[in-house]
Amino acid sequence: MSGPSTYQPQNAFLKWFEARLPIGGLIHSSFIVFPNPRNLNYWWTFGGILAFMLVAQIITGVVLVMHYTPHTTLAFSSVEGIMRDVNYGWLLRYLHANGASMFFIAVYVHIFRGLYYGSYKAPREVLWILGMIIFLLMMATGFMGYVLPWGQMSFWGATVITNLFSAIPIFGETIVTWLWGGFSVDNPTLNRFFSLHYLLPFMIAGVVVLHIWALHIPGSNNPTGVSVKDKQDTLPFHPYFTVKDALGLVVFLIVYMWFVFYLPNFMGHPDNYTAANPLVTPAHIVPEWYFLPFYAILRSIPDKLGGVIAMFGAIAVLFVVPWLDTSKVRSANFRPLYRQFFWILVIVSIGLGYLGSRPAEGGYVIASRILTVYYFFHFLVILPLLGLFEKPKPLPASITESVLGKGAANVTAGAPAAPQTK
Amino acid sequence: MMKTLSEKIARFGLALSLSVASATLVAGPVSAAEEEVHATPHYPLVHPTQEPWSFAGVFGKFDTAQLQRGYQVYKEVCSACHSMELMSFRNLGQPGGPNFSEAQVKALAATFQVQDGPNDAGDMFERPARPSDRFPSPFPNPEAAAASNNGKAPPDLSLMGKARAVERGFPWFVLDIFTQYQEGGPDYIHGLLTGYKEPPAGTEVGPGLHYNVGFGSGPAIAMAPPLSDGQVTYSDGTPETVDQYSRDVAAFLMWTAEPHLDARKRIGFQVILFLIVFAGLLYFAKKKIWAKVAH
Amino acid sequence: MTTGAPASEDYEGIILAENATAEPTRRDFLYIATGAVGAVGVAAAVWPFINQMNPDASALALASTEVDIGALQPGDSLTVKWRGKPVVVRNRTQKEIDDAKAASLSDLKDPVARNANLQLDAPATDANRAAAGKENWFVMVNVCTHLGCIPLGQSGSFNGWFCPCHGSVYDTAGRIRSGPAPENMAIPVYSFLSDTKIKIG
Repeated sequence: MSGPSTYQPQNAFLKWFEARLPIGGLIHSSFIVFPNPRNLNYWWTFGGILAFMLVAQIITGVVLVMHYTPHTTLAFSSVEGIMRDVNYGWLLRYLHANGASMFFIAVYVHIFRGLYYGSYKAPREVLWILGMIIFLLMMATGFMGYVLPWGQMSFWGATVITNLFSAIPIFGETIVTWLWGGFSVDNPTLNRFFSLHYLLPFMIAGVVVLHIWALHIPGSNNPTGVSVKDKQDTLPFHPYFTVKDALGLVVFLIVYMWFVFYLPNFMGHPDNYTAANPLVTPAHIVPEWYFLPFYAILRSIPDKLGGVIAMFGAIAVLFVVPWLDTSKVRSANFRPLYRQFFWILVIVSIGLGYLGSRPAEGGYVIASRILTVYYFFHFLVILPLLGLFEKPKPLPASITESVLGKGAANVTAGAPAAPQTK
Repeated sequence: MMKTLSEKIARFGLALSLSVASATLVAGPVSAAEEEVHATPHYPLVHPTQEPWSFAGVFGKFDTAQLQRGYQVYKEVCSACHSMELMSFRNLGQPGGPNFSEAQVKALAATFQVQDGPNDAGDMFERPARPSDRFPSPFPNPEAAAASNNGKAPPDLSLMGKARAVERGFPWFVLDIFTQYQEGGPDYIHGLLTGYKEPPAGTEVGPGLHYNVGFGSGPAIAMAPPLSDGQVTYSDGTPETVDQYSRDVAAFLMWTAEPHLDARKRIGFQVILFLIVFAGLLYFAKKKIWAKVAH
Repeated sequence: MTTGAPASEDYEGIILAENATAEPTRRDFLYIATGAVGAVGVAAAVWPFINQMNPDASALALASTEVDIGALQPGDSLTVKWRGKPVVVRNRTQKEIDDAKAASLSDLKDPVARNANLQLDAPATDANRAAAGKENWFVMVNVCTHLGCIPLGQSGSFNGWFCPCHGSVYDTAGRIRSGPAPENMAIPVYSFLSDTKIKIG
């Protein structure tokens, strides 16, 4: 994914093979010698963590399917069969269910990291949009996966979310009936969600390949936001970033395993341990936690269509962030005002998440409206204006200079640094 | 000129962040105030207390004797009305559970009649249960259960330990991540079974309902008080009180909801210990590799 | 940047400077230990994914089944499902017993009893194939040892079992006499709970 390779096969077979399918060279140039900025911090390990989580979810998912039955009469009890009778079934299911949550934690960190360091700016706009497509596919996958255990929250979550489409003028009802394959969420719905829940992760994997490809064209952004100028600014992927990513991953795994083994139902909802009952709605329906900010935006608009538009708009606005941000400087480290607004956005997003979990009444609704307005205000007003008015701090001439301090770029042995001026 | 403008924007940002934060904070008190106005109390009326469960904590383990007592309470009291469809008699003998011996499980199973068939003549027939059989349900279907119970079918108890919990609220749900509090289910069950009280003067309790301060969906529950002191005779000298019965049956219901809890916590400790060691090794390997490179 | 990855020699100044320093053994040990611990972790993590494909607890719980044989007259058989396979229980006629006893071990294609209740190398005499001490009772997994079809009872040239799939012929003690099957049909673990009741498995 990064041009001609310097890979030299070590033995005759590898030479023979490489001449026919140069996959060794591809791996070598992409993940061994690939030059990464030397100043990447631990926030950059979340890309590797996400790749791991995707693979882990696919493996645990494929295994769970071996024991799951996608039928309304059996789905709930087959999941309980996994929990009770299948060898290590409880572990596999908890890995998968909590894995989804950890996947979203990692992707939110990854997205906010991109927002902080301006990783969406030229020449990485396509990289950013591919990431947003992955995010959308993840949301669809997570939603459909939550339906499969066929508990009360599964059923009513599916009912509420599919009913969003009924807000579409004229065709709404027709579309919802088509989505359901009937006149309510029922067995046909469960079967198609199961089919798509199995398919979408592989589509995600495909877009991830494009995402990494698009990453390897300009290379990684870095905490200074200053482009790589010469080889002094970079280090080879292996061993420097393989070991750093591995350390980040294992620390992340400690958190993941803490949830799997000690808080396996923390991210879930007690109502989903009651089998789906189409005649009884739980008192208080909440989606999975990772949808809560968007759910809060949906509920903050006192109009059916308006709420749906606002919710999808909250995601859509992320797609155009590269063009909404007018600043020439990438990293918030050198944008004193943007840095403040960034942290406000983080707080607002967490606040929306909290409000999404509250009942839609009284002060919660008012707060949701304020935060929803601010959310859009940030992207549609603050981002474009800030680039025009903000005075950034002086940028370092190069990554190496930012690491070693001015004039010290020659400290490392080897070629003279001679940082090129911007 | 530029500077003052950016200062203004900065001040604006700070003000906005404050208003945002206060909006979030205000949400709680506002709704609380509203509650007082509309006088809609939150249920349960009395928050369940956190009981000292043997299976809580990183090294938590079910207390075998307690699970056996809990099964006795379930069998002699609860099973008259409640089904437990996900449990089989064989489960009573599996490790990490009540740990009855194989012979005990067989004998226990044989005290129940289950329907089997059809036989060669095409008829269904009754036979004593075997360990591989599920717990038989007291009613043939939910409609029959409802018809015999004032129109409300008693819920299946298999997953009760995980299917009920009182919402923790901020900041407790954050702290729970660190204390790994996961016993909301049994705490709720204990609170419910000990929550039958005389309704305070002026409180109307509907027909067929029973005032219960531990009930999560209203002031009164359709289930009549199921337990009374001395109702179940324990053979191991444990106090025969409603409080003790509630505790024992709540522990039993946690086990039926999560039969592999013991193994989960044991393996979890090993996994996390391993990962900490591995992370330590990686930390030093990373340090060594990066030692000669400024970054 | 966009023209391709630099050759690794470009990094010599950075990487190899470190290699030149001392303590190769201690550093190597650290790397090897880290790699080894990681490999152990991966190996341990793989086990649940393999073991989940083994029979689960509910399948194991059905591993034994009880059969009432009180109604079987000589010449009657019944078939029960055990572990998803047909197990035939037959009250053999005197002629079938005599035929089976008449065969000498040297006539048999497979001279081993294949009886899970006996030693692995017990000879395939009729006594070792039939129920211990009750020679009229015969219990057998009715699955052809060739490729798993179900042979038909009381047919074939030995009037025992005959497999319609590929023509294996078994005698009245379920022993292979001709055809492609390599072994006698298996005798499962079973025991008499009473004169009229047996437990298979």
